[in-house]
Amino acid sequence: MEVTFKKEGRILIITMVGELDHHAANVIRDKIDREITKTSAKNLIFDLKQLTFMDSSGIGVMLGRYKLIQKLDGKACLVHLSPQVSRIVNLSGMHKIIPAYNNLHQALEKM
Amino acid sequence: MNVQNHMSVTFLNKSSNESFARVVVAAFAAQLDPTIEELADIKTAVSEAVTNAIIHGYDKKEGNITIACTIINGCIEVCVSDQGRGIEDVALAIQPLYTSQPEMERSGMGFTVMETFMNKLEIQSEKNKGTTVRMVKQIRSR
Repeated sequence: MEVTFKKEGRILIITMVGELDHHAANVIRDKIDREITKTSAKNLIFDLKQLTFMDSSGIGVMLGRYKLIQKLDGKACLVHLSPQVSRIVNLSGMHKIIPAYNNLHQALEKM
Repeated sequence: MNVQNHMSVTFLNKSSNESFARVVVAAFAAQLDPTIEELADIKTAVSEAVTNAIIHGYDKKEGNITIACTIINGCIEVCVSDQGRGIEDVALAIQPLYTSQPEMERSGMGFTVMETFMNKLEIQSEKNKGTTVRMVKQIRSR
């Protein structure tokens, strides 16, 4: 599992690559939190295009980061959900708190 | 009931084995010719069950987790077992969003995912003896 970052103004685009399970979650969580602090990001976009697998550990990671930026009045959203990831997101109800968009362009407009 | 195939695998309760567990069950299930979606459902459910066993089963001590898979009449049955501390209140544990460790950022959705993505889910647990999660998925013949 890898994670890469790109900054667009105060928006941090977090691209996750590979399989996000409980094992990967522990590492990814720290990396994202460090980057949020380092870049003073306010809003987060999770780009899941290259995420080949996710279980409910991924929900915990994304909700946890959302709670962090929410304290600073920040917003978060998801882009490029595969059908498998979509099912987990909908089942957890996370889509009611963190909206999902089809592409990055749309997500950037809504931020 | 006609058992067509069976396999079991035992590994240590290390989180790095979560992906191994998914891959090995998916490879075994492949002989039923599942759709990509059915295979993703099985992998996700296995990942949840194994993660539960790793996080809760042995209370940070080393222990074994066994996965036994059986193919019967176009179904795959997956049993994930540990010999750990057991679940005291199964009815509470399976509640959506319930987590015994909220500080760990767990979503509490593990059993809900297993229940939704598989056709059958049964949990047998005894205090200080361990837990077995039995899941069955019907693979639609194409």
